[in-house]
Amino acid sequence: MSANFSVSVQQQDFDVSAELALLRQQSHEVGAIANFVGVVRDINDDQKVATLELEHYPGMTEKSISDIMAQATERWQLLGGRVIHRIGKLAPGDQIVLVAVSSQHRGEAFAACEFIMDYLKTRAPFWKKELTPDGERWVDARDSDHCAADRWRE
Amino acid sequence: MVTVLFFARIREQLGVDRLSMALPYQPISLSQFKQHLVDSHNPDWSNILMADNVIKAVNQDVVDDNHSLTEGDEIAFFPPVTGG
Repeated sequence: MSANFSVSVQQQDFDVSAELALLRQQSHEVGAIANFVGVVRDINDDQKVATLELEHYPGMTEKSISDIMAQATERWQLLGGRVIHRIGKLAPGDQIVLVAVSSQHRGEAFAACEFIMDYLKTRAPFWKKELTPDGERWVDARDSDHCAADRWRE
Repeated sequence: MVTVLFFARIREQLGVDRLSMALPYQPISLSQFKQHLVDSHNPDWSNILMADNVIKAVNQDVVDDNHSLTEGDEIAFFPPVTGG
């Protein structure tokens, strides 16, 4: 994958504006940057969430996201991409994931951003555990996430 | 020797996150290795490791039960992923 595509798995927060500025500066051909920021919800499945803990599989996480980005570059004309996923303990309102994609035109950037996010949710080895008033619970995978990823198969 | 890793709910259910062990024989499929893991550790592991929704990865690529293992492999078992 080109040097303009990068993945970080980290505990610390990220600065969306700084990340988008880096993508913009990578190439004078950039005409569009699409991005998605995932945020920790305060309520999930009707229960209040106090904290969210993210576990991952070091090594495979980065590899799987790089593979997802490589697939995106085969499908669309992209100039750059950036994925940041946080791990460890997070609180409601915290940023959890950033997907940002640059291209010459918005259609490619929008589509690739959504594709990468849909595949990341179903392929990258991360697991969420919520702390609620009733105790800890692992978050179950959602069928809707798999449906969202499956629609890119056509 | 191979390294066996367990993550998230499966790690908690088994009470172990990592094992280093020898392959009992070769060639051996992942399915046969799972049976060996259960036989050599705890019969209760069968329900956890044999469940339909358990995802298996070898050397960080998702594989199925027919995958053939070799010395030095990193084998991982984990539940469906929930990142993003």
